[in-house]
Amino acid sequence: MDLYLPILGLAVLGAGFAVVTIVTSALVGPKRYNRAKLDSYECGIEPTPQPAGGGRFPVKYYITAMMFIVFDIEIVFLFPWAVAFDSMGIFALVEMVLFIATVFLAYAYVWRRGGLEWD
Amino acid sequence: MIAVHGSVLAQEIEIESPNIAYSAIYPILIVFGVALVGVLVEAFAPRPRRYVVQTVLAAAGLGLAFVGTVLVAGDLPETQNGLARGGIEAEGALAVDGPTLFIWGAILLLSFFSVLLFAERRLESGVTAFAGQAAALPGTEAEREASTRGLEHTEVFPLMLFAVGGMMLFPASNDLLTMFVALEVLSFPLYLLCGLARRRRLLSQEAAVKYFLLGAFASGFFLYGIALVYGYAGTVTLAGIDGAITNRVGGDGLLLAGIGLMAVGLLFKIGAAPFHAWTPDVYQGAPTAVTGFMAACTKVAAFGALLRVFYVAFGGAQWNWMPMMWIVAALTMGVGCVLTLTQTDVKRMLAYSSIAHAGFLLTGFVGVQAATRDSDDMTSLVAVMFYLLAYGFTTLGAFAVVTVVRDSSGEATHLSRWAGLGKQSPVLAGVFALFMLAFLGLPATSGFMAKWAVFTSAWAGDAQLLVIIAVLASVITAFVYIRVIVLMFFADPVGEGPTVAMPSVLTVVTIAAGVVVTVALGVAPQPVLDLAHQAGEFVR
Repeated sequence: MDLYLPILGLAVLGAGFAVVTIVTSALVGPKRYNRAKLDSYECGIEPTPQPAGGGRFPVKYYITAMMFIVFDIEIVFLFPWAVAFDSMGIFALVEMVLFIATVFLAYAYVWRRGGLEWD
Repeated sequence: MIAVHGSVLAQEIEIESPNIAYSAIYPILIVFGVALVGVLVEAFAPRPRRYVVQTVLAAAGLGLAFVGTVLVAGDLPETQNGLARGGIEAEGALAVDGPTLFIWGAILLLSFFSVLLFAERRLESGVTAFAGQAAALPGTEAEREASTRGLEHTEVFPLMLFAVGGMMLFPASNDLLTMFVALEVLSFPLYLLCGLARRRRLLSQEAAVKYFLLGAFASGFFLYGIALVYGYAGTVTLAGIDGAITNRVGGDGLLLAGIGLMAVGLLFKIGAAPFHAWTPDVYQGAPTAVTGFMAACTKVAAFGALLRVFYVAFGGAQWNWMPMMWIVAALTMGVGCVLTLTQTDVKRMLAYSSIAHAGFLLTGFVGVQAATRDSDDMTSLVAVMFYLLAYGFTTLGAFAVVTVVRDSSGEATHLSRWAGLGKQSPVLAGVFALFMLAFLGLPATSGFMAKWAVFTSAWAGDAQLLVIIAVLASVITAFVYIRVIVLMFFADPVGEGPTVAMPSVLTVVTIAAGVVVTVALGVAPQPVLDLAHQAGEFVR
């Protein structure tokens, strides 16, 4: 049970932080609403237009987000690989080069098709 | 606390490099490798060249992988007292055995001909049947522009190869995690491909969304099932789960719930009732070449995985899941054949017919499992593998015929438009009639031998009741298939009637392959049955 105590402590801390900040900002924060504030929040991009009205929305935001995730995951694999590299030798090197080449292949496609151009 | 952490960090972790037998798994690597090259072609080749390069690459890659499969099959070692051939490769992730290689061969052959259908350009006067620019909203200026500029999505070829790679991985997976990854690898490209039809774009997009949402749910069920089975057995390897079931390591509740949830995921991909609802909509909306590819190859891969999981991992608990499979099989045949009767659209009719055939395949699935050495008894595995190959070629051929019957707005899929086709084009109508008779199971077609095989194994496996239901279902569906034949040959065309467009050699070859295999497996099935026998059982 002792082992779980720190986790419990962290959970209490986390919950306490959330409750305190929300309550404090509700009590003391100024309330000045405008159009942008009342709009639906979609991680900072222009909200998706209504399906009835139609219209296209730019996907560049999603491409950037997606590429970030891919790099992120790549690091997740690279880290243990680097730690265990000494005991695995040349096999691990070849496999990791193949893995990274596969990931970068997708980047080559995105780059050549203009996915990296913001405007 | 700190002491515990310190000791873990201080400990020198010894990790041995995994032993991968590339000589046994290279057919999969060829398919994935060619798909990656295809992505590079999309990135760097000039637009006008892409179509030819991609078609040749995809066809050559699949052909090469098929040759590789044959070579690997040539020197499989015997194991389990000669009952099985092959071994567990890639650190226990893949089982490369006789059934795996038979299924690989079937998938590669069928997908080779699917590539030819994908590449057909003559029917749409110079472009493929896939959307020029899938991102353009249907009916907008952007779409018209993409159409007039003759844009094409040649990405369909790498996408299809990725799907084929997943399909090869799926029935070969020897642990549940690999199987889940394979399921996703095969599904994602299919979701995309379904939404890429050039004509009837809204229907196609609707199909893709439906398939994606329901497929994601089914994957969720499958994953939850894996989690519960892992909770029961403490391992995800199929042999480990089998050992846990044999030793009765825990309460049955967890195991049975896990088996049930995993069955939902697998039966969804197969298109068995009550998880069949997506089939007609997706088959109708998807580009017909993709529908043919899905109906043939996905079914082979999913049945291969179903057989492996339930025979190798859950074999010890078969008295528990057998009643479930009986009910699913009976329900699937019932739903499939009754709803086939009411269809007025050719693609929907073929979709419901594929559900009925999934039921026949499940009838074979519940039959005799254990083979004995040197016996020619029909086991479920042999029967189902033979059925899959036979049905795959027939259904691919049938969908290829659907692409050819057209009017001014594209494919004329309404059945009333097929009236009098026999007068317009006796050869094409005759070919379609042959496929219908093969679905029905008329002697001298592959359908008869396939049904004979699954019914024999089911009868010997004490599933007589199911066989009787299956025969009744066949009789009911006979009405549908014969009605189509009568419609084509003895009805007068409505109005001007459909036109039979002259396809390029690609579609002709695909239809011809369907006809040849349908007839050959009906007249001389013994070589293929022998091959399935030689494949032996699953390695454990």
